[in-house]
Amino acid sequence: MAKSAQAVRTEPLAGRVSGSAGVQVTPAAAAVRVSLRADPENAKALSKALGLELPLKPKTTAGSLPGRLVAWLGPDEWLIIDETGDPLSDLRKAKVLHSAVDVSHRNTAILVSGKGARATLESGCPQNLGDAVFPVGAASRTVMGKIEVVIIRTADTEYRVECWRSFSTYAFDFLSESAKDCLA
Amino acid sequence: MSGTNRIKGKGRLTPARTVRFTFDGKALTAIEGDTLASALIANGIHLTGRSYKYHRPRGMLSAGPEEPNALIDISRDAARRTPNVRATVQEVFDGMRAKSQNRWPSLAFDVGGINNFASPLFAAGFYYKTFMWPKAAWKRVYEPIIRAAAGLGVSPSEPDPDHYANHYVHCDVLVIGGGAAGLTAALAAAHAGAQVILCDEQPETGGAFHHDTDASIDGVPGWEWAQSVTAELRAMSNVKVLSRTTAFGYQAQNHVALVERVTEHLSNPDAALPRERLWQVRAKQVVIATGAIERHMVFANNDRPGIMLASAARTFLNHFGVAVGAKVGVYTACDSAWAAAFDLKQAGVSVPAIVDVRMDPDPALVARARELGIEVLAGQSVLDTSGKLRVKSMKVGRASGGSRRDIAIDALIMSAGWTPSVHMYSQSRGKVVWDEPSQRFLPGRHVQDCASVGACTGVDDLADAIAGAAKAGHAAARAAGAKAGKAWSAPKSATAASWAGSMMGSAGGAGAETSVKAFVDFQNDVTAKDIRLAVREGMHSIEHVKRFTTNGMATDQGKTSNIHGLAIAAEMLGKPLPQVGLTTFRAPYTPVTFGAIVNHSRGSLFDPTRCTPMHGWEDAHGAVFEDVGQWKRAWYYPRPGEDMHQAVNRECRTVRDVAGMFDASTLGKIEVVGPDAAEFLNLMYTNSWDKLEPGRCKYGIMLREDGFIYDDGVVGRIAEDRFHVTTTTGGAPRVMHHMEDYLQTEFPHLRVWLTSTTEQWAVIAIQGPKAREIIAPLVEGIDLSNEAMPHMSVREGRICGVPTRLFRMSFTGETGYEVNVPADYGEAVWKALWARAEPMGACAYGTETMHVLRAEKGYIIVGQDTDGTVTPDDAGLNWAVAKKKPDFVGIRGMKRPDLLAPGRKQLVGLLTRDPNIVLEEGAQVVADPNQSLPMTMIGHVTSSYWSENCGRSIAMGVVAGGRSLKGTTLYVPMPERTIEIEVTDAVFIDKEGVRLNG
Amino acid sequence: MLLIHCPYCQEERPELEFRNTGEAHIERPKDIAAISDAEFEKFFFIRANPKGVTYERWRHIHGCARFFNAVRDTVSDRFVTTYKAGQPRVEVERGEDGMLQIREPQS
Repeated sequence: MAKSAQAVRTEPLAGRVSGSAGVQVTPAAAAVRVSLRADPENAKALSKALGLELPLKPKTTAGSLPGRLVAWLGPDEWLIIDETGDPLSDLRKAKVLHSAVDVSHRNTAILVSGKGARATLESGCPQNLGDAVFPVGAASRTVMGKIEVVIIRTADTEYRVECWRSFSTYAFDFLSESAKDCLA
Repeated sequence: MSGTNRIKGKGRLTPARTVRFTFDGKALTAIEGDTLASALIANGIHLTGRSYKYHRPRGMLSAGPEEPNALIDISRDAARRTPNVRATVQEVFDGMRAKSQNRWPSLAFDVGGINNFASPLFAAGFYYKTFMWPKAAWKRVYEPIIRAAAGLGVSPSEPDPDHYANHYVHCDVLVIGGGAAGLTAALAAAHAGAQVILCDEQPETGGAFHHDTDASIDGVPGWEWAQSVTAELRAMSNVKVLSRTTAFGYQAQNHVALVERVTEHLSNPDAALPRERLWQVRAKQVVIATGAIERHMVFANNDRPGIMLASAARTFLNHFGVAVGAKVGVYTACDSAWAAAFDLKQAGVSVPAIVDVRMDPDPALVARARELGIEVLAGQSVLDTSGKLRVKSMKVGRASGGSRRDIAIDALIMSAGWTPSVHMYSQSRGKVVWDEPSQRFLPGRHVQDCASVGACTGVDDLADAIAGAAKAGHAAARAAGAKAGKAWSAPKSATAASWAGSMMGSAGGAGAETSVKAFVDFQNDVTAKDIRLAVREGMHSIEHVKRFTTNGMATDQGKTSNIHGLAIAAEMLGKPLPQVGLTTFRAPYTPVTFGAIVNHSRGSLFDPTRCTPMHGWEDAHGAVFEDVGQWKRAWYYPRPGEDMHQAVNRECRTVRDVAGMFDASTLGKIEVVGPDAAEFLNLMYTNSWDKLEPGRCKYGIMLREDGFIYDDGVVGRIAEDRFHVTTTTGGAPRVMHHMEDYLQTEFPHLRVWLTSTTEQWAVIAIQGPKAREIIAPLVEGIDLSNEAMPHMSVREGRICGVPTRLFRMSFTGETGYEVNVPADYGEAVWKALWARAEPMGACAYGTETMHVLRAEKGYIIVGQDTDGTVTPDDAGLNWAVAKKKPDFVGIRGMKRPDLLAPGRKQLVGLLTRDPNIVLEEGAQVVADPNQSLPMTMIGHVTSSYWSENCGRSIAMGVVAGGRSLKGTTLYVPMPERTIEIEVTDAVFIDKEGVRLNG
Repeated sequence: MLLIHCPYCQEERPELEFRNTGEAHIERPKDIAAISDAEFEKFFFIRANPKGVTYERWRHIHGCARFFNAVRDTVSDRFVTTYKAGQPRVEVERGEDGMLQIREPQS
C-alpha cells in the first residue's frame, strides 16, 4: 500500500481576525470536543474517568482551557472541550452506560474578549448575560442572531462562542459587525 | 441671522452655532439644536406640505412626536433620503436638504388642491361608494389613479447605505419618559440600587419643561432641575440614560422595544456608528412616565398653516427662541393656552385676543391678560379662519349668533386640554378606565409588572406627580429585587401652574347643524362632519367609525384626534363617551424604520450561508453553486465553452464510464448510541434493524405517524450499540427533532442517545467503475475487496493518514464509496483523491448530475418524488417495510382506508414517445387528451431529465393506479402541444444491478 | 417575545430558544397497530384549540433540548406553569382576579 502524506487540517476560520476599540474577535485554537450523554446518576464514574467533576447544575462548567472544560448543556448532556488531552479514551475507562461522540470538527469556536465583549454578544443573544445570572464559568446553549451557539464565559470580559462549522462564517461576521457598536 | 422670527434672549440654543440647510431648494440658516420645525418657523415658514386627501396647505401643528401635518422628505445625499419625517422631531444638521411632499408642481400652487373643491366626492367611506360602478373601471381607471394619488412621501430608490444595530439588554427598572415624573422615578430606583434604563424621545430630557417655564422644583427652575438630575443619573454606574430614544413597542413580559436615533442629527456622522439602534429591553419592572399631549380645537378651517397647539408655540418660544407669528390669536378651552399667550406677549409678540369657550375663565388669568393688554373674549368661539397659505384672520363671535368680528392674525394657538398618553400602558394590555370628573381615559389595573406615573395618569399637580413618581420608582426597584442603595429623598417642593379646562369634540360653530370643514384628524383629512356621516350610515362601534372614516389610522395614530373623534361619535349616538369605547393602541408608538427592525440581518447576515469543507476547491474549479436550504452546493462544473446541459451530459457519462467525485457533506448525520439503539431505529424506520450486523448498512424509510414518507437515508451499523444514520440534506434538523420527540416523550425507557454529526464529517462520494482504484492506495487498514467489503457495508480505518468511516454504497447505481473524514480534513482528502482521479479521466460532478444518475436508476428523492402524501407502497418501496414488526411510527397511519384504497397515485417511469422531448417537472398527466376542460388529471411528473447515458429523455411521475398501467399511453397536455408518453418501470439503466458490485 | 420557564434549566429563558410542539398529554396508544380508524382519528387529528386554558408541549430546542409541558392562557398569553415531560397534568383554575392559578389539591 502506497504511503501518502498525512492530510493537513484546514480550520474554517483560519487567518481571520476582527474586533473594534472595545473587543477582540478571534478564532479559538483547534480542540478535541466530545458530546457526552449519560444519566446524571452515573456522573461519579464519568467524573472519575475525566478527572474532573461533571457539572450537574444548569448553566455551569467545570475545568478550564487550555486543558479540559466540561459544560452542562442539558440534564443528560455535556460538552467536553479539550485542547491537550484525549477525553474519548479517558471516557472508555468509565464502565457505566453513556454515549460519547466525537464532535471535534462539528464545532468551531470564536473568542470574544475585551470590555465590550458582553455587549457584542448581546447584539444577537436574547439571553440575560448579566453577572448575577451569567457569571464567569457559566455556559449555555442559546441563539445568536439566526444561529444556535454555546456561549461560555471564561473570564470577566472573555467569552467563548461555540458554533457548528458551517455557521462559523455567519457567526464571525455577526460578531465583527456587532463589535462596532459594543461601547454603545 | 438664523431667521427673522428669533427673539433675542429667548430660548436655550446658542445663537452663534449656526447650521445651513435647504427647504425646497432655498438656503436657510438654523441654530444647532433646532428642529426643522423651529428652524422653518424662525425663517417665517409655516407652510410645509399639502394634506393627504384634499391637498390643503398645512403647517406645523405641534412641536413634538404627535405631529400629524409637517411630514418632510429629508436627505443627506442621494442614497440617504427619508420621506415622511416629522419636522418637529428632526433636528437640523449642517447640509440637510428638506423637501415638502404631496404637492405638484409646487408647494404654493398645487394642482391636487382641486380635490378640496371636489370634496363631496371624497367624503368618509368614499372608497366604498364612489368607485363602485362600473365594475370594470375599478381595475383600469380608479385603482391606478387612487394608487398614484395616495400616500404622502416617495420611497427612496437607492439601497440604504447605513447600518443599524441591535442590543438585547436586561435591567431592573426601565423608565419610559424623561419628564419630571420619569426623572424622579429613575432617580428613586437608581438610589435604591436598581439597574435602571431611562429613555426619552427628545434630544434633551425635561418633558413639559421644554415649554413650561413657570415650574420650579426645590426652588430651581424646572428645566435646570431636569438637566442636573439627568447629569446625576448619567454619572451613576447603574443607570443608562438614552436620549433621542423612543419606546415604541410594549410586548409581553416587559419586553419593550426602543429605537435610538444615533446619527440623524449629525452633520458628518462617523461611518462606524449605526444610524439607529434597536434596544430590546427586558425589564423586571417598567415605570411609564409618558406625559400628556395637548389637543387642538375642532372648528371651521382649523388647519391653516400658522394654526397650532398652544404648547407648541410655547416650546418654540421658550426652548428655541422663536416666535410663531407677529400677531398671535388664542383659541382655547384650557388654561394652558393662556400661559402661552402671556409668554408670547411678554416676549414682545402682539396677542390681539384670547378667545375662550368657557363663560368664566379663571379670574386670575383674566386679570393677568388685562394687565398685559390682551383682550379676553370669554364664552366666544373662533367660527372660521381665512388665509390661503397662512392664516390671516379669525372670525370670532358667539356660536349661538350675534355679532361677529374678524381679527387679523398671522398665527393662532389653541388648546382643548390634555390627553394623557396611555399608549404604552395600553400596549402592555392594560385596559383604560374613564375618569368622569376629569373627563379622561386613565390607566386602570396594570397587568404587567409596571406602573404609570405623572401626567399620563391624569395627575395635574407637579408636586403630586413627583411624589408619586418617587414612590413608584423606589417600589419598582424593590420589586425588582434591588437591595443595596443609599438613602435618598425626593424633591421636597415643586410648584407649577395647574391647568384647568378641557373640551372634546367640535367647538361652537362646527356642530352637527353645520357643514364646515373642522378637522379632527389632520393627517388623514377627517373632519367632524365625516365622523357624523359614519354614524348616520350605521357605524355604531368606534372600531367601525375608525375604519370607515380612517380617523386615527394615519402614522400619528390619532395622538391628537382620537378623543375628539370619539366625543363626536358619542354625541351623535347619544351615548356616554366611555360606552362608545376607545380603539386599541398598537405598536409602533411612532413610525420606525425598517432598518432598525431588521438591524444586523442584511446582506450576508440576512441568512447564514453554509459552505462545506470542500467549498473553496469547488469554487476554484469553476463549480456553479445552487442553494439547497442555507447550503451552497456545487451544481455542475462547466468547462470552458460548456453550457449547463453539456457539462451535465459530460459528467453523467464520465461517472458511468470512469468515475466521479461528489461532495455529499451536506447529508444529515445522526449518531445513535446505546444498548437500545437498534430497537429505537426499529420504531423510527419502517425497516427492521435487529439483524443488521456491525459493518453493514441499509437503506431506511422514515414515516410520520400518518403513514406518509418523511425522510430516507442509509444507516450504517458501526458497532452493536452504535449506528451512523444519514438523512436528506434538507431533512437533517427536522429528522433530529422528530427522533428526539419520540425518544423523550413516547419511548423514554429506551437507553439510547442521539447526537447530530452532520458537520463532524466531510463526505466525499466516489462513484464509477474506477472508484476502488482511485481510493485504494490512500486507504489503510481496510480490505476493499468485493468479498471483504461488499456493497452496503461500512468500515473504520484511515485515509490519507486520518480516521475515516468508509461506506460502500451508491446513489448512482455504480460501484461507489462514501468517504467520511473529520470535516477539517475534508479539503485535503478531496485533493488527494482528485490527484488520483483526474489522471484516470474521472470528473468532479455536482448535484444536477447526481439527480440525473439516481433517476436513471429510479432512486427517489424525498421531497421531489414525494410530497408528504406518498406512502411507501405508492413509491414502490414496500420491500423496505418490515412485515413482522409490532410497531413503528406510521404503522397504523399507513393502514388508513384511504391509503389502502385502489387508484392511489403510484410512482412509475414515464417515457415520451419522442425521445428528444424532456417533460416539464410538475406537468399534469391525463388519460384522454381530447376531453373537455377542465380535464381529469390522473397524475403529474415528479422528476424529468435528459439522460445522456440512455440517449433519450427519462422521467418519473405519480399516476393513479400507475403500476397497472405499464405499457399504456398517456398524455401530458402543454400549452403548445400535447405530449404522448408511455408508462414504464422506473429503472432505466442496469435493471439487474450488476454495476453496483463491480 | 415571551419568557418561558424551562423546568430543566430552572429559569426563565427567551422564547427564541424554544419551539412550540403542539398539544400536550396526547399519548401514543401502546397498541397503536390495533386501534380502530375512529381511535386513530381522535389520537392523530383531533385537537382542542381552546380559548383560555391550553396544555401544550414546548421544546427548549436551542437550550437544554428537552421537551416539556406548559399550561398557558391563550387569551392573555400568560404561562401558568411548566413541568417536565412525563409528569401528570397540572390542574388549574381561574382565581378571583381572573388569572389562572394552579389548583391546590383538596386536603
